[in-house]
This record gives sequence, structure tokens and C-alpha cells, in this order.
Amino acid sequence: MDEILTRVLNAAQLAGASYADVRVVETVRQAILVRNGAVQGVSWTEDAGFGVRVVADGAWGFASSHRLEVEEAERVTKLAVEIARASALAKREDVDLGEPVVQRGSYRTPVQTDPFQVPLETKLDLLLRADQEMRRVRGVTTTEAELVFIRQRKTFASTEGSWISQEIVESGCGIQATAVRDGEVQRRSYPNSVGRHQQTRGWEFVTEQDLVGNAPRIAEEAVALLSADPCPEDVTTLILGGSQVALQIHESCGHAIELDRVFGAEAGFAGTSFLTPDKLGNFRYGSEVVNITADATLPGGLGTFGWDDEGVPAQRVDIVREGLFVGYLTDRETARQLLRLLGPSPYVTGQSNGTARASGWNRIPMIRMTNVNLLPGTWKLADLIADTDRGVFMDTNRSWSIDDRRLNFQFGCEIAWEIRGGKLTRMLRNPIYTGITPDFWRSCDAVCDADHWVLWGTPNCGKGEPMQVGHTGHGASPARFRNVRVFGKQ
Amino acid sequence: MLGEAKVRQLLQDALGRSRADQTELVLLSWDGALTRFANNTIHQNVAEHDAQVLVRVATGRRVGSAVTNRLDAGALDRAVSQAVAAAAAAPEVPDFPGLPDPQPVAAVHAFDEAAAAASPYWRARQVEELLRAARAEGAVAAGALATGVHEVAVANSKGVFCYHAGTRVNFSTVVRVDDGSGYAERAGWRLEEFDVVDLGRQALDRARRARNPRELPPATYPVVLDPYAVQDVVGWLTYAGAGALAVQEGRSWMNGRLGTRALSELVTVWDDGGDPDTIPLPFDFEGVPRQRVVIVDRGVPRGPVYDTQTAAREGKASTGHALPRAWPEAAAMGPVPSHVFLAPGDASVEELVRGLDRGLYVTRFWYTRLVHPGDCVVTGMTRDGVFWVERGEVAYPVRNLRFTQGYVQALASVERVGSETYLLGDRFGAFRVPAVRIGAFTFTGVTEF
Repeated sequence: MDEILTRVLNAAQLAGASYADVRVVETVRQAILVRNGAVQGVSWTEDAGFGVRVVADGAWGFASSHRLEVEEAERVTKLAVEIARASALAKREDVDLGEPVVQRGSYRTPVQTDPFQVPLETKLDLLLRADQEMRRVRGVTTTEAELVFIRQRKTFASTEGSWISQEIVESGCGIQATAVRDGEVQRRSYPNSVGRHQQTRGWEFVTEQDLVGNAPRIAEEAVALLSADPCPEDVTTLILGGSQVALQIHESCGHAIELDRVFGAEAGFAGTSFLTPDKLGNFRYGSEVVNITADATLPGGLGTFGWDDEGVPAQRVDIVREGLFVGYLTDRETARQLLRLLGPSPYVTGQSNGTARASGWNRIPMIRMTNVNLLPGTWKLADLIADTDRGVFMDTNRSWSIDDRRLNFQFGCEIAWEIRGGKLTRMLRNPIYTGITPDFWRSCDAVCDADHWVLWGTPNCGKGEPMQVGHTGHGASPARFRNVRVFGKQ
Repeated sequence: MLGEAKVRQLLQDALGRSRADQTELVLLSWDGALTRFANNTIHQNVAEHDAQVLVRVATGRRVGSAVTNRLDAGALDRAVSQAVAAAAAAPEVPDFPGLPDPQPVAAVHAFDEAAAAASPYWRARQVEELLRAARAEGAVAAGALATGVHEVAVANSKGVFCYHAGTRVNFSTVVRVDDGSGYAERAGWRLEEFDVVDLGRQALDRARRARNPRELPPATYPVVLDPYAVQDVVGWLTYAGAGALAVQEGRSWMNGRLGTRALSELVTVWDDGGDPDTIPLPFDFEGVPRQRVVIVDRGVPRGPVYDTQTAAREGKASTGHALPRAWPEAAAMGPVPSHVFLAPGDASVEELVRGLDRGLYVTRFWYTRLVHPGDCVVTGMTRDGVFWVERGEVAYPVRNLRFTQGYVQALASVERVGSETYLLGDRFGAFRVPAVRIGAFTFTGVTEF
């Protein structure tokens, strides 16, 4: 493998590239899905290849191949340089990466139990037992239980002198029960929806989730939802469960602070951002209890690593401090663009804060959320509910949608309870809430404490063309929001 | 590109070495490139060469799978061994119907030499011409132009072998003028059909007309939907409800509506992977020939599409709509339509708009998500040009709106259908759809731009 890396860097320089980097990435993925008591699939995926990124004639080119052979490395490198020269036909200015980044080292996700050493029989037994517990509940029509394990080994090298090896391990799990009656379809998921919860940890992560222990509860809730009242339309106080707060952060903050998006790089697809550079350091994003960080150094997050895919070390940066918008996610190129635009300030350094990641060997690194977190507040959830006279408590995402500048959002949840007199009362089905991002976060008046804080994983974040599915982390605990429009499908 | 002979040899050699009772190999190869632009410059420009083999084996009724993107014999044998080991550990799948038997597949030509040979310089020159036009008009353009060759082959131990090689071209652009935004997109397999500059001009014209939008209160309005928005409507109805698994599990909008007039009689939807007017793939990922399936006939839902397993449950034959079953996520989805057509009508878009007394003309929808499967209720935003229409004339642009709308009810109130269809890309295929006019569409919010 080292020969491929060296050959690429040499070939790129010989072909006239002023900068080149190469990543060799090998990924193994095991996925197990049990559905309605039967093993729907046990799959083992091996994926390997390399990607070459160059600057030539002041413009970017990238080419990649699954054939890990020296001759192919030469071909792909020449193609990357040719593509860069073609890009230069339509360039307005040269690529500016700032000072060279020279890093050498290695990083490995710390795991207590390597999930790939756990026998398949153990994994199947866990899923089948969880599935069985859900199917015991009368009225459940469909059940699913899932495990996913990923090990990615990647080596990055650049013409600036970086040489970095990393091994990232992820473990994910989830169960889901669906009940159907008279056209009404209700679903409950655990620990999170859209398949699963996931972290950069080992098998211990799975055992901690207690899928079997939670299976009867979520199955019973799915059935109970069929008979629940629809969520009434109201403007009211809303308390969100932690996983829904995590998704709210992801959609309304995480994407909005991607600086490539702010600068228009995603305008043709994912969109832009309302958090324009003129707002940096002076825009009230949320209330004073809202503190948001991007922290790639947090143990266990899906955005946790040693270095990003440009060789920049993992970092912790403030994004929102006591409600004030103070930081973006940057890569090397956008950090320089921001410096040129705004000049140096406490919020602008011209240095990447290390968020460029590629979904695989065949994709370029782009700004991706690391672990974008709402820092814990001071409340216990029970106290927060007791402190709320009228409102709705919603939990676990069911649908999510937000406009292309990340302002107008609408989220549906799987389940809700009405709050009356400081108590959770009747269950509500099909709950939905909607709002405008800064208005919503400014209405946040309470965040639960560290005892409720979970580093949630989002393993399905789409961005870029060709599409890249990124894995991001979001630490969050339940939080309360005032004057929110809620409603439900009848 | 690997070519049919090499693929046949590769897969049949691997099948010959498999010790499983039944073995299925699916090869997916992609050799493609994409030139991406934003802020009137090319900012990302990439190429990719990849090939995967998806292995599914059955030992009795125990099933396992594995995937590799290494094509040497050793790697393929390892993948087969992994799949066999997975099957050995798995309990029996009680209703596993076995792999399908060979059936004749009618080949369809969808390979364009010019598309296969498109160079980075060709893509850059096309894009630069569009960007030059945008700059001259004070506009800012973003988008992507992609070209490539895909190969798909399926072989199994019962004698199935099918192979298809085709080209793909995709282009999309968002053009902004001041606070106005416009959009254009096309998919296809013939390079000569693509006029990137003309599509850019369409988006530019839309952007110019979308400047200075006014705020409109959310309410229920009649709408004219451009084909981009129609793709979303038809896409959700077929993806979330026109596969047999969704119907069998009672979570499809078709449940309770089969054989009854649930949609406007102007609505006829079918799936046909063998039609060269889409981006064809004449067989599915089990090697079953794709049948032309009428999903909705003049407003009457006729039934979903099937793969081998869902068909066996009902004693039917597969219609050839299996996804790659070695991917557990795809297996859980069941079969889905992927080459979808909505029958065109007789009106130009201008005529559709002229028929609106008061309503909205919408370019496209964005970030749509299923809120409730029963009526296929979807929420999303408008994007890149939405206009208020009065007495059949576009009066002024309005700010983007959020909608929460049952797509079944939307297609029940279709009043007229456009005559021109656009081919728009999808992961495994494409949609060919016209514009439509709908009597009632519910908007539930408004954004700030």
C-alpha cells in the first residue's frame, strides 16, 4: 500500500501538480437485519480503493479507483491532473490552501470489545430475542432489529509531507415495531429511529443499549398509538426528547454552519445557509442557555477521529456561545476564504478547524459535521416537566424537512404526551412541530443536565454530488422551547 | 469498462467454485465522472472507477450474503465463503422461495459512445459556456454535469446470466439572479440530447422572473407543478407504496384502494425498465426480466410491483423489480418501481397555467419527507421559483412555502396534464413525467426567502 501512496505523490508532482494528496481506504462492514422473526440479511461488505486529489494550474482535480495496483495509481493520478487542468478552464481564482499542513501519526478508535470478534451467533441471538419480545405484543404487525459494525482503515499522505494512518470502528444497533390498523400506521423505534443509534465504540455500545429490555415497551407504545388522540393544533410549550434535539441540532445548526455551504459550494444541490459571514460574532442564534460546540475529540462520537481527511488534527470549537453565533465548520480552503473576506478576528483565524471528511476512497473530502453538540444545562427532565403547566413532550424522530437555507423546518415525531399541570397525561399520535430556526432556538429556556446527555449518532447524513453519506455525532439532552406551533395528522 | 465476455467469465468461474446449494452473483460497475460548479466556477471535478460483486447464497433455506469490490478470484471466493458462513449461522427463512430460474431477457440498447467517451475537457467546456452566459446576465450558476458507463450483470447457479451496459448523463443547475432562483435538470443516456447551455438559460429565465418575491399566506391553493415537482409526487407514491412488501404489510396508500378510482382518471402510471425512453435496465437484481407494470390505470390503482419473494407469497410471478438483496437495507425495502412513467396529457405548461384562476405555479419541491404512509402524506418546501397566478397569468413571484399534503389526494384532484415529459434521474433508474395542474394543494408554512 505504501508503494501506491508514494507512487501517486511522485506521479502527481511529475505531472505538474502543485499539491497532491492520496487516501487509501479499506472498509469492512457487517450488517445484520432481522425482520418479523426471520433473518432478512446477514451481509459482509469489503470495500477498498484509493482517491487522488490534486491542484494543477490552480484548480482542483480528483480521480479514484478500486484497483489497488501501482499501474492503476499512475493512471488515476494522471487523470486527476488532467481533470484539474480542465477545471482551470473555468476558474476565477487559484486554490488557496494557506500554510502547509504537515502531520504524521496514527489514531485508533478505542474499543473495549472488538465487535468483529463477537461471534455471529451471539449477534443473531440478541436480535432474534429482541424481535421476539416485540412480536409477543398483540397488535404489532412488523418488527425489525438491526446491527451494523464498520471498521475503516485509511492512510493519508500529501506532497506537504503528511503521512497519517487511522482505524475507525463504529457499532450501531436499533429495533423498531410497527402497528397497522384501519389505515393508521404507527411505528416506535429504540434507541433512535431511521434504523439505529451508532457510535465509534465496540460491542460494549450494543450491550449498553439493552435492546431486549426495551423491546416490549416500544412494541406496546406502537400499538397504543393506534388508539391515541391526534396531536391537537396549538402554539404551546414543547419539550423534546434528547434524540430529537440531536436531529434538530443536525438540521438547523450543523448544516447551517458548514462554511462551504455558506460560500455557495452546495447551492446547486443541498442549498446554502442563512448564517452568512456578516452574522459571525454578532448574531443571536439562540437564547442564553444555548451553547453549541463542534468537537471531534469527544470519545465515542461518529464525528470523532484523529485527523480529518486533509490531515488537519481533530479539534473542539465553539459554534454558539450563550446564544451568540461565533463559529463555522471549516476546511483548509474555506478557512482562507473567510480570512480574506473578514480579516483576522477572535472568530477568524484562517486555519482549518479540521472538519473535511470523505465518505470513502471514491469521494473528495468536504466539510462534514464532526460532533455538533448542545452542551448540557442544569435541569432534570422530571423537574422540567413538573415546571411546565401546559405543553407537549415529543420524542423520537419520524420525519424531517427543512428549507435550503436551513430556516423553515418541520419535524414529525413518533410519539408525544400532553403535559397538563406539570404532568405527562394522554398519549398523542402523529405529533408534528414547525418553526423558523433562530426563533426556535431563541425560545429555548431550559436544557437538561449531563445525566440526560447522550452522544447520538447520525449515520445517514447526505451531502454533495456525487452523494456522500456522512456519519455525524450530536450530543444532546432534552430541552424545552416556548411558543412552538404543533399539530398532528388527523 | 469490463465488457460482457469478461464479466461472464468472472461470474461463472466464481459460481463454479461455490459450495453453496444456491449462489447468486450481482456485478455493479461504474466508470464515471462529475464536473461540479458553483459561484460561476468549477469547484469540484471528480472521477471514479469501481466495481462490486454482491453475493447471495442459500444453504437449504438459510441465506447469507457478502459484498466485495475486489474482482480477483481470491477475493470473490472469500466473499462467497463469508456469505456461506453467514448462512450457516442464520436460522431458516421460512418463506425463502429459492433463486429464480432463467428467463429470456430482451436486450435494450442504451449505450452511447459519445457519452462513454466524454472527457473532462468536454464537460468543462459545456459548463464554462453556461457560466459565461450566466456572468453576462449578472447571474450566479451552480450545478453538476455527470457522464459515465454502468454495467450490471446477474448470474446464479440455476443458469441465470444477464448483462447490460449503458451510459448515463445527468445535468442539473440552480441559477440565481439577485434574490431570484431558477432550476433545470435532465437525465438520459444519449449525449446529443443534452443542451447544457439551453437548460442553463431556462434556469436563468426562471430566476430572473423569481426576483422580489412577495409573501403569500399558507393556505390550500390550486397549483401547476412543473415536471420537477411532479417527479417528487410520483416518486413518493411509487417508492413508499407501489412495492408489494408495503402492500402486504398494510402500510401502502394502495391498501383499501386497489381496483377503485382513487386518483384522477387523467393519472396513469406505469413502470417499464425495458423502454429506451428511460435509462433502461431490462432485468432486476435477481436476473428477472422487468415487466411493464401498470400501477395506476386512469386513476385506478391496479397493484404493486413484485420481486421473487413477495410474488411467491401470493402465488404470483415476479414482475422483475427486486433491489439488490445482498444489501440488507434493500432487502428490507422489498421491490420498488424504478423506471416510472406518468402518462402525458395534451396541454402545454402555458395552457395549464391559463387554466388557473387563482393559484400557484411551482418549479420544484425540496427536502420532502413522508409524514404518514396511509395517504402518502408528505411535507417539503418549494424551491427555485414559485409564482402567484391570477386569471391565467403569472402575476408575481412569492416566497417559498412549506406544504403538508397527501399525495394521493393531490393526484385525485389532477385537472389537466402536460404534453411534454422530462426524463429525471433516480438511483437505479429514472422518471419520465409531465407537468400537471392540481385542484387543491395544502401549504402549511412560509419561509423568509
